[in-house]
Amino acid sequence: MKRTILCLGLAAASASALADRLPIPADAPPAFKAECGSCHLPFPPALLAADDWRRVMGGLDKHYGDNASLDEKSRRQIEEFLARHAGSDRRVTRPDIKPGELPRLTLTHWFRKKHDEVPAAAWKDKAVGSAANCAACHTKAEQGSFREREIRMPGNIGGRRHDRD
Amino acid sequence: MKPLIPFVLVAASATAVAGTPVQILDAYANAVGAAYQVSAQRGAEFYARKFGVSAKMDSCATCHTGKPTQAGEHVITGKPIKPLAPAANADRFSDPAKVEKWFKRNCTEVVGRECSAGEKADFIAFVSGGL
Ligand code: HEC
Ligand code: HEC
Ligand code: HEC
Repeated sequence: MKRTILCLGLAAASASALADRLPIPADAPPAFKAECGSCHLPFPPALLAADDWRRVMGGLDKHYGDNASLDEKSRRQIEEFLARHAGSDRRVTRPDIKPGELPRLTLTHWFRKKHDEVPAAAWKDKAVGSAANCAACHTKAEQGSFREREIRMPGNIGGRRHDRD
Repeated sequence: MKPLIPFVLVAASATAVAGTPVQILDAYANAVGAAYQVSAQRGAEFYARKFGVSAKMDSCATCHTGKPTQAGEHVITGKPIKPLAPAANADRFSDPAKVEKWFKRNCTEVVGRECSAGEKADFIAFVSGGL
């Protein structure tokens, strides 16, 4: 029993050491950053399961209240790339969604757990607006880096003092 | 209506070729007809009009702000958007395929239909400061 706990502990520690780096894989087609990074940052493929990515890519004209439609060639290239680097069960399990709704990486159990210390007011802050606006808090999110010391909470939320600039 | 088809083809094949705001505007204006009088004033009204089609994306100004020379912000995601005016952002209206893609997306959401070639020409005239 002791042994199991020790192993689990080690596994958890090494998993969280990696969790703050989510770079976009090098084989990304140029269209991925150009297209999927124009309205929000290009989300790391590892944060959704392959089937979820296919759902997202299958209905770009009705995309979370916006229109992200693409030519078929870019669409297919991006879909294949996302499916190739999609996440595994641990990180991407999420509550069931209603039929017709699109999966969100901000609803996975993993995302919730990583952000359980973020006060409700921070999500609602004007400078944030949406949990998907990673760069509002993670100053190096565009570079795929989510390290704690790079976080700047909007205003002065969260107890710790986060100076702007 | 006929001239539209050759124009679309020209715009599509120009993809890799750099364009200028004037060239892109002219192509849209020519698609309407040689006699089309481009109007930056009409473009300004279109830019600011509240179409009442989408609750969150009521007008072009919702994301691009009241002034095309200013940086905007995506109303849902909060991501900053560089100014639309070529005077403030030299990349704007330099790639016909990119311009056409965004007109298609944003017009469909905000106006509830695709914009006409005349509306696009007027819009570019306005954001470019009256070409
Ligand atoms: C025209 C703008 C636009 C483009 C282009 C766009 N998106 Fe989005 N995307 C949005 C909006 C708006 C949301 C909703 C954000 C919210 O509700 O906070 C969103 C949300 C998402 C989400 C869910 C985020 C969450 O809350 O967990 C995913 C995943 C996503 N987009 C993937 C993509 C991919 C992949 C592409 C490229 C094929 C793409 N997007 C291109 C506008 C866009
Ligand atoms: C409102 C601010 C805010 C937003 C928006 C936000 N985060 Fe975070 N994030 C935090 C805070 C605070 C932490 C916790 C840091 C800590 O305590 O280690 C965190 C932690 C993380 C971690 C864990 C880092 C580690 O050291 O293990 C990852 C990964 C992460 N966020 C990714 C994202 C992604 C991806 C998005 C957008 C889809 C996002 N975050 C949006 C504030 C935010
Ligand atoms: C929901 C937010 C939003 C609204 C509303 C919106 N746009 Fe945009 N628009 C964007 C984004 C995001 C981009 C691309 C970002 C970038 O290239 O920096 C963009 C880019 C453009 C471009 C591309 C210009 C170029 O050459 O780079 C045109 C043209 C455009 N928009 C026209 C319009 C028109 C016309 C309307 C109103 C009918 C409108 N937009 C409303 C978000 C919006």
